[in-house]
Order: sequence, then structure tokens, then C-alpha cells
Amino acid sequence: MRQIATTRRTLLGSAAATLAAPAVVSAQGVTEIEFYFPVAVGGPITKIIDGYCADFMKENADIKVKPVYAGSYVDTLTKAVTATKAGQGPQMSLVLAVDAYSLVDDEMIVPFDTIATSDADKAWLKAFYPAFLANGTIDGHVWGIPFQRSTIVAYWNKEIFKEIGLDPEKGPSTWEETGEWTAKAIKREGDRVTRWGIEIPGDGFTYWLYQGMVAQAGGELAGDNGRKTFFNSDAAVEGLQFWVDLMNKYKSHPTGISAWGTGPRDFLEGKTAMIWHTTGNLTNIKNNAKFPFGVAMLPAHKRRGSPTGGGNFHLFKGANAAQRAACLRLLRWLTSPEKAADWSMATGYVAPRPDAWETPAMKAYVAGFPQAAVARDQLPFAVAELSTHDNQRVAQALTDELQAVLTGTKQPKAALDAAQEKATRLLRPFQKA
Amino acid sequence: MRKESLQAWLLLLPALVLLVAFTHWPAATTIIDSFYTTPKGSRPPRFVGIENYADLMTDPVFWTALRNNAIYAVWTIPASVILALVMALAVNTAMPGRALVRMAYFTPTMLPMIAVANIWLFFYTPDYGLFDHILSWFGGGRHNWLGDRATALPAMIAVAVWKEAGFFMIFYLAALQAMPPDLKECAALEGSSRWNFFRRVTIPLLMPTTLFVLVNAVINAFRLVDHVVVMTRGGPDNATTLLLYYIYEAGFRFWDQALAATLTVVLLGLLGLLAWLQFGVLGKRVHYR
Repeated sequence: MRQIATTRRTLLGSAAATLAAPAVVSAQGVTEIEFYFPVAVGGPITKIIDGYCADFMKENADIKVKPVYAGSYVDTLTKAVTATKAGQGPQMSLVLAVDAYSLVDDEMIVPFDTIATSDADKAWLKAFYPAFLANGTIDGHVWGIPFQRSTIVAYWNKEIFKEIGLDPEKGPSTWEETGEWTAKAIKREGDRVTRWGIEIPGDGFTYWLYQGMVAQAGGELAGDNGRKTFFNSDAAVEGLQFWVDLMNKYKSHPTGISAWGTGPRDFLEGKTAMIWHTTGNLTNIKNNAKFPFGVAMLPAHKRRGSPTGGGNFHLFKGANAAQRAACLRLLRWLTSPEKAADWSMATGYVAPRPDAWETPAMKAYVAGFPQAAVARDQLPFAVAELSTHDNQRVAQALTDELQAVLTGTKQPKAALDAAQEKATRLLRPFQKA
Repeated sequence: MRKESLQAWLLLLPALVLLVAFTHWPAATTIIDSFYTTPKGSRPPRFVGIENYADLMTDPVFWTALRNNAIYAVWTIPASVILALVMALAVNTAMPGRALVRMAYFTPTMLPMIAVANIWLFFYTPDYGLFDHILSWFGGGRHNWLGDRATALPAMIAVAVWKEAGFFMIFYLAALQAMPPDLKECAALEGSSRWNFFRRVTIPLLMPTTLFVLVNAVINAFRLVDHVVVMTRGGPDNATTLLLYYIYEAGFRFWDQALAATLTVVLLGLLGLLAWLQFGVLGKRVHYR
């Protein structure tokens, strides 16, 4: 009985304390901020982010941070935009870096350079890899702070390379090597191919992987501050021809669309000697591969090249001055070299600033797992991910035509002409008069 | 009289409020939105009359979605209804393990569509998926079921039929169980063949159920798109884009409120027309006891 009474009293006491707490603390000027983060509830990432928020609040008693886990990237954007339109949006959200144009056009976000005005703040804005800042830089302002960023790399199975008489320690460095080496890896049973040379995903992020090939051919897909596309340039056609050649000339790539999700699985099962995939899969492959594997930069043609990918933090208009300052402090804390390194090691995303890679913890990690550094070494050759005004739709127009080519219903030039025509039409409202 | 009608309105009120708030009001605003441009930032929506509809007529993706949806409906509706009837007849007879078989047929209905899509995603995986695995025993090669324009839509149709047939079977089974056994005895005394009995007695008595099932099947043919989201995202090259999926893309990926509203009105009109056909034409031929 006594125990129950105590418990009850304690409960009542703590309830009273909880009720009183906000009043007391807000009297001291606590700023509350909320940010959306694209991850399904309960994953390992939520634990990491929750941990960061708790640590940050311990060091900064005057700020209260509430992360909201909002599902996939698309879900998160949908929720953030819908909530903002209803006047209840978050102060910050991490969404795909390429959605910045849409958010700017919808007048939903504010640029960071307008609040990051002290010398230390300005130095912080300059500390990121330019390739990661590129997508968030529009009209001379910085709208997105890189955090959950990735890029494409090539994974190869060292055992298969050894078996077919190649140097297992060296990945292909040119298009020709990629085609010829992967063609050697093919294994057949009668007419049936039981092992492929290479798989490059053609669904979901088709344009993203394709953009790597265009960059390697020396071209780019978009420019003029997101108002123009160059889908049918010579380099763009050459890039697509390489993908088609892998299927038809070298015959080392399965015809049709290879699925994004089956790529890593096929690779882990030894059904394909190589895949091109996001660095976001590095930890998965490291944990599940039963064979030694290598990670290479994407091959060069006229040059090396790979697009960046992933999400940036964006600051929404609904935040008041105190909340904007609090968001800035949180971001500076989250992207400090030590935290960025910790985040990169825990998740496999690429630490977005060079000095993160110079921290002792990161150096030790890379020494034990050199594959992790490949993405970093590729960054000087990286290009901004395809991003334009009305981005999702322009990217979809390109994806549709790319898939028509991959499934063999159209020739590269004709398809890219059609994609360019459609994109030009979509971008017409954004041309300067 | 007045008191009675007041009472009636009060009784109707809860349903009325819900219907107006969640069905009629959104439908009305959607129709209005379809005559305006999409608001962007500080640019408010602008009245454009039927321009959105004219744009839709020249949108090739809309026509692809419409054609895909027609094919999808033409295959899923009869296939799932006939399969449901066959399954119901099968488990209506006395056989060992009947409860188990009934449960097996009904299981797909209980699974959420997202789970179903993920299971089938594995079935369709090239090389080591279930179908390619079985085909390899007979010397079949690799099939990229979802990555090939020719097989992607049929693959979606198969999933929908598999998912729906069990649900419709339950209604047929219930109707069969409710059928008086003396009819069968009577027919046996008259020397009627089993086929004749099925054609002249069972089918007509099942007509009310068939109408109900058909209405549901038609709605589902335009409503069930969850597996498209999980399995193909409308690809390759829009080969599996269905109308509702295109509405979702327009509304929540492209943020094009005008296009989404216009598409919704078109879908609404289409479903209205189909409902009118079903109840107006088919309904008259249904014999209710």
C-alpha cells in the first residue's frame, strides 16, 4: 500500500513538474523548432537523429528540437508543402536537393545566406564540397545545406574478376574497359545467361545513373539556372549509346529495365560481376557480401563524372527570427566536422565537407575500409544532380524516353529529341521575358 | 408531419455531414479547380475555362493511362469474377480439407496490397524469382517481367486478379450456401443435367450477387493502384501508368493542381457513366426474389 501511495505521489509530482516546465522554461526564452526528416519511423536512422537532437539540446538548453520522421523523400516533401500551405509547416525539412527549384518557385523557403551573416557563418557556408552546394545554389543564394548526400560508384566482385583472368584489385577505368571486362564475366547455360557482367538500374532513378554517362561524355543535362535542358546534345546521345552498347554490343548488361532494388541483391548473389549504384548501399554490401569486393569511381570517357544525389536541409518561411537563428545553430552543430564524420560512418552517406574526412575518427575508419573513401575522391569530378524548374516533371519526361530506349522501342537520338522537346515546353513559363 | 420530417432529417444528419464534408464538397471544389490554373507561390489561381481539358486532350501520357486502364479493366473484371465463381463452386462441394482451401483462397484478400506487391515483386524478379525459377526447370530463360513493355501491364493485371478473386469468392460462396437444396433435388428428379441446372438455375439465382461483384470489380479496376506504386512506378515508359496513379503523380509529385483536378473530373465522369450503365442496363436484367 505504502509503495502504491508513494508511486502515486511521485506520479502526481512529476506530472505537476511536467505541466509547470514549459511555462518556466519559456520564460527563460526557449525556442522550439521542428524539422521533417525523410525516414520511416523505427529505422536505425531515427535512433541516430534522435541521439543527435538529444546531444544538441544538452549543449543548448535554450533550444528545443523536435524531429518528425515523415517517410520517403517524396512523402516528406508532400507533407512539408501541404503543412506549410495550411500554415502549420515545420521550420526546416530535409528533402531531395533537386526539389530546391520547386520550393523556391512556390516561395516556401528562405536562403541561408540571408541569416548566416557573421564571419564564422560565412566560413561555414564555404566549408562544404562545391559539388554538394551546387544543387542548393539558385540565383546566387544558398537555399540548401548538404547533409544526407550520396553519389554513384561502381562495385565489382573481386572473385569473379580473378576467375576471368583480370586483376582483382583494379576496377575498369574507361568505357571500353567496362564493356570488354564485363563481357568476359558472362556465363551461359545453353541460351540462358546465368551471370551478367554489369547491371545499371533503369527504374526510379533512371536519369540519375544516365547523368553519370553524360558527364563522362563531357556534357551536362541542364543549365542557365534551371531554365534550359540539353537532353539531345551530342554528349547526351553518346552517353545513352554507351548504355545501349552494354546491352547490344558487349551484351554484358541484361536488356530491358534492371530494377533499382534487385541490383545490390544480384551483386550479392554473384549474378552480376558489377553494378553501378548509390554510395548509400555501401554499408549494406559491406555487411552482406560473402566475397571480397571493390568500389571504383565511375569510368571515364572524355572525363570522369558522376552526379551527386540525396537530400539537403531547407529553411521554411514560417520560421520566425528566433527560430531561424536556432535552425542555423542546429545545422552548424550537425554539420560540424566531427558530427558529419560520425553521420557518414554510421550511415554510409558521404560526409559533405573536406575537413570531416581529416578528423581522427574518420581517418581510422577509412584506413580500415578504404572503399569508403572512393566517393570522396570522386567528388572533384562530380556534377550537380539534374535539377530544373518544375523538376519532377522534367526529370520524368527524360526518364520516360530513356526507358523507351532501354526497352528497345526507340533509338537514342529520336528519344532524346522528344525528351528535349517536352522539357522545353515544360520550362517555357520560366524563361525570362 | 413536420415533427416527423424533422426527426428524419436529424437521423440523416450524421451521414449527411460526413458525406458532404468528405465526398460532395471535395468533388465540387475539384470540379471548380479544374477550371483554374495551378497557384504557385504568390501567383493566385487564374480562371482559364476549359483550357485544362483542352491541354489534357493533347497530353500523350493521359491517353496512355486511359488505354492502359481500359486494358486493365477489360482483363481484371471478367477474370477475377469468373475465377471467383469457379473457386466458390469448388469449395462449395463436400471435400476433405475444405476449410483449409477456403482459407487459402481468401488469404490474398486479407493481405494489404503493399505486402502483396512486395511478394509479387519477388515472384517477378528476373533469374531467381519464382516464375523464372519454375520456367528454368523447363529450359526457360530470363524474363524481365516488370522491365519489359510487353509484360509489365499483364504482370500488374495478374496481381490484381490474384488479390481480388478471393474477396469476390466469399460473396458467391455465401449466395451458393443460401440457395435452397430442394431446387437441386427437384432438378435431379426431373432428370436435368448438371450443366443445365447450373445454366438455368444457379446462374440466374446468382445474378444479384454478380451485379454487386461487378460493381465492385469495376470500381477496383480504377482504384487499385497501390501495387503500381510499389512495383513499377508507372514504368517502363508509362507502360503501367493507370489513371489514378497519374492523378497522384500530377497532384503530389508534379504539384500540378490543375492537371490533377482535371484528371479527377474525367475519372469521376467515367465512373459515373459506368455506374449508370451497370445499374440502368444490367440492373434491369437482374432478378431479385
